[in-house]
Amino acid sequence: MQRIGDAPAVRRLLITAAVLLAALFLLLPLVAIFAQAFARGVDVFWANITNTYTLAAIQLTLVIAVLTIPVCLVFGVALAWLVTRFRFPGRRILQTLIDIPFAVSPVVAGLVYLLLYGRTGWLGSWLDGHDIQLMFAWPGILMVTIFVTCPFVARELIPLMQAQGSREEEAAVTLGAPGWTIFRRVTLPNIRWALLYGVILTNARAVGEFGAVSVVSGAIRGQTNTLPLHLEQLYQDYNTVGAFASASLLALIALLTLVAKASLEWRAARREDHA
Amino acid sequence: MSIRLHAIGKHFGKTQALEPVDLDIAEGELVGLLGPSGSGKTTLLRIIAGLETADREPGGRILFGERDVTHLHVRDRRIGFVFQHYALFRHMTVFDNVAFGLTVMPRKQRPSSGEIRSRVHRLLEMVKLEHMAQRYPAQLSGGQQQRVSLARALALRPDVLLLDEPFGALDAKVRQELRRWLRHLHDELNFTSLFVTHDQEEALELSDRVVVMSDGRIEQIDTPDVLYRRPANRFVFEFLGDVNHLEGSVRNGVLTCGDARLAVDLADGPEELLLRPHEVELAEKPAAHAHMPVTVTAISPVGAEVRVELAADWLGEPWLATIRHADYERLALARGVRLYALPRHWHRFPAERDHQPSKTVATTS
Amino acid sequence: MSTRSFAIGLGSTPKRVLPGFGLSLGISLTFVSLMLLLPMTGLFGQLAGLSLAEYWTIITNDRVVASYVVTIGAAAVAAIVNAAFGLLLAWVLVRYEFPGKRLLDALMDLPFALPTAVAGITLATLYASNGWMGRLLEPLGLQVAYTWVGIALAMAFTSIPFVVRTVQPVLEDMPHEMDEAALTLGASDITGFRRVILPHLWPALVTGTGLAFVRSLGEFGAIIFIAGNMPYETEITALMIFVRLQEYDYAGASAIASVVLFASLALLLVINIWQGRFIKRLHGGHG
Repeated sequence: MQRIGDAPAVRRLLITAAVLLAALFLLLPLVAIFAQAFARGVDVFWANITNTYTLAAIQLTLVIAVLTIPVCLVFGVALAWLVTRFRFPGRRILQTLIDIPFAVSPVVAGLVYLLLYGRTGWLGSWLDGHDIQLMFAWPGILMVTIFVTCPFVARELIPLMQAQGSREEEAAVTLGAPGWTIFRRVTLPNIRWALLYGVILTNARAVGEFGAVSVVSGAIRGQTNTLPLHLEQLYQDYNTVGAFASASLLALIALLTLVAKASLEWRAARREDHA
Repeated sequence: MSIRLHAIGKHFGKTQALEPVDLDIAEGELVGLLGPSGSGKTTLLRIIAGLETADREPGGRILFGERDVTHLHVRDRRIGFVFQHYALFRHMTVFDNVAFGLTVMPRKQRPSSGEIRSRVHRLLEMVKLEHMAQRYPAQLSGGQQQRVSLARALALRPDVLLLDEPFGALDAKVRQELRRWLRHLHDELNFTSLFVTHDQEEALELSDRVVVMSDGRIEQIDTPDVLYRRPANRFVFEFLGDVNHLEGSVRNGVLTCGDARLAVDLADGPEELLLRPHEVELAEKPAAHAHMPVTVTAISPVGAEVRVELAADWLGEPWLATIRHADYERLALARGVRLYALPRHWHRFPAERDHQPSKTVATTS
Repeated sequence: MSTRSFAIGLGSTPKRVLPGFGLSLGISLTFVSLMLLLPMTGLFGQLAGLSLAEYWTIITNDRVVASYVVTIGAAAVAAIVNAAFGLLLAWVLVRYEFPGKRLLDALMDLPFALPTAVAGITLATLYASNGWMGRLLEPLGLQVAYTWVGIALAMAFTSIPFVVRTVQPVLEDMPHEMDEAALTLGASDITGFRRVILPHLWPALVTGTGLAFVRSLGEFGAIIFIAGNMPYETEITALMIFVRLQEYDYAGASAIASVVLFASLALLLVINIWQGRFIKRLHGGHG
């Protein structure tokens, strides 16, 4: 087959350029993270990881992620079901609204929560009167994390469920299946991989969010420091190895995310081949 | 310009898509490449165009007239190519699509923009789309898009026009119309054309000669008339129309199959005879040479002839007979009516795929 | 058809065959109101406390304006570089087969998966004068860390997947007949690319580059470490908001944030409308 750009010389030149640039621009930073983390050996790395403050940051980060995922999951599935299975006025607007967190700068996202729930905000002052503090505490971190991660599951599901259409579910209705059974037995098997990928993306962003969280956290060591905030502090304190030790943990999660994505795509491609 | 191929074959990996073939097409001829999917016809066309490279075999050559184009890049072969799905450039207007080949010529050979404009308009006139010049392809019907595609291919005045299933994506009526129109255009402009199709009717109606292919081989090259009357082998016979099978054993000049009997001039032994639907006559009584009781199971009186489906205990698969409307009325056909089939002709291809001429026999009645 | 489905057809909610409308609508609306819309009221409440003149003074403050210039300039450079680099990567990933292709493909998502703060400290360390890259580039007179070049680099890093992942599927779906039609009509590789392939990819390329640009405007974590954050010189607008917050100047922070917010939303809207028009022309519709 003859295609444009097929000449061996052109092909070699472009592949070389792309691979070199990608290696320099994307792969080198990845290597650098681990090189820096282990720059003073495994012992120093381990000491940095098992440091009380680091452990506290890991714990808080995990708790936030574990709490964020189910909320995003329920919302994502509900929204995807709503906009792909029903026509109703305002459907398009709802679909546009869900993209706001992607468009908004994370700092702005943190700010709007701070303005509302902080001591000066109308809701915050009322909460303050009842001794409830959301900002500069873990609930605030959780809230902004949910804000920045909420589109991921829905964005994975909507195109897929739109493409699949509702014929199978309609068939299930004519066969007399109740609503929950239809979802569990008919819809879920079709969307489970997209759902899983949405959760993986949600998790990656939840553990890594920095801008929004740094506005509302207050960054109190051992209390409201997530892992990204913790590594920032270490970096500002010129503890580079410590910062990169924490960074390497986050980079590892990123790598696992990439592996998961690649294998899910591979699985999907293989299924298409068999179809 | 004539097209001559010598020992052109093609492998995709380990599978052989095309056995080395020879093919001569005379200047001004309109030739159809006919075959089922996977027969290698599109591969052959694309090799001629230069879109695929033939296997490197000693002696493998492609000649356009006296010009050896075997190793010439597609862009230098001066062919016009029409794609099945039109392959129009969607972001260009109809005018720009047709003008494309002229505007990408090297500056020295390129006609002036005024010349390009008048040439494109003449082409659009020829395909009857001059009023659509500023439209985008998405705004045209399939038939119109294919005409634009043809005008685009002709803009460079190619010596050779190659068409890959040009009407395959169109509905039946538009297809008919475009077929006639292509034939007309071909006769008027007198280029050499080669087109691929899987539709026997299209190939037989449109071509001066038809190349029938299967499994990467050329089975027969002949005029439509010869092809239909004297198929070279069983594959060609079966591919060119509906076929009724009659299997049985011959003894003393009579083929017996269940309670059916047919006088044949063949040696004793098992036999399989093939019959076209129009070679089966229907009668109320058996004839001397044939006793073949059948029952009518379906009737379709649409078109110039009536198609009648016949079943019988001695038949594995039902037969199809086409009869005139007059006979249909005379016989008072209806579903369930019992009649006798009288073969007028039959065909026989003893050893499959050995390229021996077939035996076609008119039964004496 | 069963009596049951017949009953559904005549039921109290006649048009909706599938169940769960009320439940999914309830969850979605509650979530959108509480998590997305309600917080916005905080911003508008804060802005409402400002007079127009005060608002104007805040958002046209010299230091803030300098931050717009730095942010927009660096984001524009990053977007243009990404358009070229992203197109190259998408092309190579779609059109060619070579060892390590799947690895390269997977690597494209790294900037999305890697936390921005991690990217930030890594780039800052790599391009500092004693870092792996800084040591090579500084003798050549190219200072990356603590200059706007560093800001552009960090922006380019975080937004490259937008271009690659937008262009890639369009290039994949492009039928090979497009190439072949151009070649049979005598086009050279360069002409064919410029006149046939590039126009085909154009909507996706512009959209991807636009999304990359919008993302760069709001990026924070990846930039602040490498930027140096010198007022008037290497201070981005997102950091300005942060600085105002640390000064407890909530009104100032809100005003600047509103500029960023509206700029991003307006850009997204423009991209969407433009894309819609282009697609309409390519896929039918008259005019």
